[in-house]
Amino acid sequence: MIEPIVTFNDVHKSFGDVKVLKGIDLDIKPAEKVAIIGPSGSGKTTIIRMLMTLEQPTSGDIIVDGKNLWKMEKKGSMVDANEKHLRNVRGDIGMVFQHFNLFPHMTILENCMTAPIHVKNEDKSTAKQRSIEMLEKVGLGDKLDNYPSQLSGGQKQRVAMARALVMRPKVMLFDEVTSALDPELVGEVLEVIRDIAKEGEMAMILVTHEMDFALDVADKVLFLDEGVIAEQGTASEVIEHSTNERLQSFLHRFRS
Amino acid sequence: MNIWSWDVFADAFLVIVQGLGITLGLTIACYLFALIFGFFWTFLRRIPFKPLHWVITWIMEFIRSTPPLVQLFFIFYAWPMVPVVGMTLDPFTSAILGLGIHFSTYIGEVYRSGIDGVDKGQWEAARALNFSTRQKWTKIILPQAIPPTIPMLGNYLIIMFKEVPLASTIGVAGILHMANSYGAQYWTYLEPLTIVAILFLVMSYPSALLINKLEKKMNRRFDKKEALNSSKGATA
Ligand SMILES: Nc1ncnc2c1ncn2[C@@H]1O[C@H](COP(=O)(O)OP(=O)(O)OP(=O)(O)O)[C@@H](O)[C@H]1O
Ligand SMILES: [Mg+2]
Repeated sequence: MIEPIVTFNDVHKSFGDVKVLKGIDLDIKPAEKVAIIGPSGSGKTTIIRMLMTLEQPTSGDIIVDGKNLWKMEKKGSMVDANEKHLRNVRGDIGMVFQHFNLFPHMTILENCMTAPIHVKNEDKSTAKQRSIEMLEKVGLGDKLDNYPSQLSGGQKQRVAMARALVMRPKVMLFDEVTSALDPELVGEVLEVIRDIAKEGEMAMILVTHEMDFALDVADKVLFLDEGVIAEQGTASEVIEHSTNERLQSFLHRFRS
Repeated sequence: MNIWSWDVFADAFLVIVQGLGITLGLTIACYLFALIFGFFWTFLRRIPFKPLHWVITWIMEFIRSTPPLVQLFFIFYAWPMVPVVGMTLDPFTSAILGLGIHFSTYIGEVYRSGIDGVDKGQWEAARALNFSTRQKWTKIILPQAIPPTIPMLGNYLIIMFKEVPLASTIGVAGILHMANSYGAQYWTYLEPLTIVAILFLVMSYPSALLINKLEKKMNRRFDKKEALNSSKGATA
């Protein structure tokens, strides 16, 4: 059997007294594309943010490529991970944000080059070369020296994807990456994600409200509801053939 | 006796400008001290340990609400009498410490406002790209936090420049000190002090204008790059 690249073991998360995630169990295989759907506030973003180490789980384990993300061994017992351990494991993960979060003081090219150079100690010409190729791939080869403020939302999001991709993560996270875009710009971004997905080896977790897109790209769909995975299966099982009532009424809102 | 004499004016001027180097030197030294020490406050307050945060905030508040003159006197006259850590400092050093520390609390506050102005998403993106803590600050946060504070920092330079004459009270021979001694010697204060006022005006006013300009430029910072680049694009 193939070892999963990401595993959640009974992961809980509370913010103060509010229990947001109530026991998430999850296995994601290398190269698997997983879509997470569910109503607002169900905890989709929180799952992704814990994996990106932006939020610490209240309990449970997250395993990335065999390593416990939030815990490390110290004198024979497991303790909370320190920054060094997190940095070590985090390198396998990349993320694209809803609001792009490009670095406004850098050009598009610099946005992509900076992490390979400073984080991975790649030499400058290699990093530049790879960044240019990546930006060409997302269709922005002619914008290298522009600043983020000069781009449309769709272009910004494509830069954000290139920036994450040059780091060659094993797992890539997408948190509603089209929901801050004007409707006419959604297509170009989804197109790029489709291309990335087709290429392959990377596992992808996509939080999305685009059901057709999920059907098209995802190997597996999770329906998250009130902090638990209420339904899971292939895209067609979950989106087209489920009898779960809450899922039905959730999906109903997307059909018109 | 004449109320105003141009001969005295000319004579006093030559004496007083000799203090200009000290006044400007002290301003710059105090300012650099405050710029560096300001970082110290800002980062100390970011240590996620509540009691420390309170103590530092309280110390800053204390320094800010005490007159700089009192602090200057304390460092120059009282510090040498403090057992163990106390020591005698020359006037110039005392002035750098006194005014520098006083203004560093304001500068620290300016830095903080700059850092708070950086979007939360920038921290998260830096984390997602796996930058080290140090790189996060030097490559991502500070380059965005500092430029918008430059006009404010410039303002503090001018304010500080105007506070530097306080140092004459502990014997730093800047322009005010020179004017005072001249006045005491020849029993005429009108011309020397007028000269001091003019010198300050001549130096602060253009600086203020410059900072005003800088401020406008900063406000247009990203638009400008845009205009520049799009015009380039249009002609290409
Ligand atoms: N930092 C935080 N502090 C307090 N509560 C939070 C925090 N982050 C999220 N929450 C709460 O946790 C719950 C789940 O949030 P989450 O963002 O994961 O939902 P979501 O499924 O992504 O929703 P949406 O579709 O609206 O993005 C929400 O009720 C939210 O208010
Ligand atoms: Mg969300």
